[in-house]
Amino acid sequence: MNEAQTLPIADVLAETDRLIAAPDAKLEAEAAGIADRLLAMGEAVLLAWHNAHDNAPTESKVEGFRMLALHRQAARGTPSFNACRETCREVVYHHNLIRHDTGAADIARTIRLGAMVARHLALFVGGKLENAGLGDFCCSSRPVRQAEALSTMSETL
Amino acid sequence: MAGKYKKVAYYPGCALEGTGHAYNRSTKAVGKKLGLDLVEIKDWNCCGAMEVKNIDPKIQTYLSARNLSIAEKMGFETVMAPCNGCYHNLKKAEYDLAKDEGSRDVNSRLSEKAGHKTYEPGKVETIHALDWIKHSIGEEGLAERVTNSLKGLKVANYYGCMYTRPRHIFPEKDNGEGSESTSKPHFMDDLLAAAGAENVDYPLKTACCGGAHALSDCDTSTKLVLNLLTTAEACGADVIATECPTCHTGLEMHQVRAEKVLGRKTSVKILYFTQLLGMAMGLSPRTVGVHENFSDAMPLIKEKGLG
Repeated sequence: MNEAQTLPIADVLAETDRLIAAPDAKLEAEAAGIADRLLAMGEAVLLAWHNAHDNAPTESKVEGFRMLALHRQAARGTPSFNACRETCREVVYHHNLIRHDTGAADIARTIRLGAMVARHLALFVGGKLENAGLGDFCCSSRPVRQAEALSTMSETL
Repeated sequence: MAGKYKKVAYYPGCALEGTGHAYNRSTKAVGKKLGLDLVEIKDWNCCGAMEVKNIDPKIQTYLSARNLSIAEKMGFETVMAPCNGCYHNLKKAEYDLAKDEGSRDVNSRLSEKAGHKTYEPGKVETIHALDWIKHSIGEEGLAERVTNSLKGLKVANYYGCMYTRPRHIFPEKDNGEGSESTSKPHFMDDLLAAAGAENVDYPLKTACCGGAHALSDCDTSTKLVLNLLTTAEACGADVIATECPTCHTGLEMHQVRAEKVLGRKTSVKILYFTQLLGMAMGLSPRTVGVHENFSDAMPLIKEKGLG
């Protein structure tokens, strides 16, 4: 497990903030490494979710990326987690964009957008973890309270 | 081209009578301008939103099924719901009634008690306002009606998380050419581009706005919304176009809260896509309810010559 994979979500947020504020020259010079770092931060966020739920995080890959496999694993049985499905895919997409052409004229902008996407993932998963037990985070989710209810309204009506 | 969507049953839902009234007003105004008829479902009820669903999803299924039943009784084959939450719940009810015997039993029992016909799946099609305009008028038809192009207006199209999720309740999406995509929705982009707007490539178009926690955990919602706003600005957007009253209200309110609580001011404006389309077709900002928005877009609208 590398350093990024053990990053707490707060540290991921701090790192994305630093990337967004960094000068163009620094981002341009370190583009390839930052691309990998974005992916690692995304994985770290998803690992935080799995760790909090005592899941054994998968080592497998989906479409060549462990991050997508980690997301799929997290969404299994928790449909509301799919609300970050495209956010995860956008992290991977921005990683690929940066990796594909580290010398692109707009590489600093692409990196900042990738960091913003990673930040959204961290905010979403972090918020979801904070609110665990308090109720559903997402309208599409399976009712958390449903399992706790002794009886449901439809049975009594 | 209007075809089967020329006249549809209209289900505004609770939000469009309250915080999302500008969406109601602009949807009706755009429909009128396009020659499309909306007939409101008589005595409609709440779709069950998230509150009822979180307590008992089968009750939510019944509530949505009742609306579909009324639409059927009124003689309609199609219900148009502009609100993502209503749209999602009607679709989910359709799916659950088709697939789940328990849902059918509850729906049948409650319909009998309430004294109306039990809705059977497959009788009424639910569409979103985006489907309605895209499939009844289309980009070409829309472009022909544009008198006040949105040219020069940079738009981030924000669909929110309920328009495309979960995928299995939207069998018509991801269905080849001309269909909507659940991973990269584009109907709003297509319509606004036809009206002259310059769409920016917005990477968070389906990301969560934290709407469900707007009241219970304001800070989470504010941080998520702030990130949506700053990312839109980083993409160069003047405006975030919305198609969901919950997302829209969340973006507007948390834009203010982000400034007050987090000290982060953002200037991107928030408008319903129907407001933008209406103005592009020559309707006044007041007719499409811009004055009812919390986000003051009038200076931008004047600058762009839209009102």
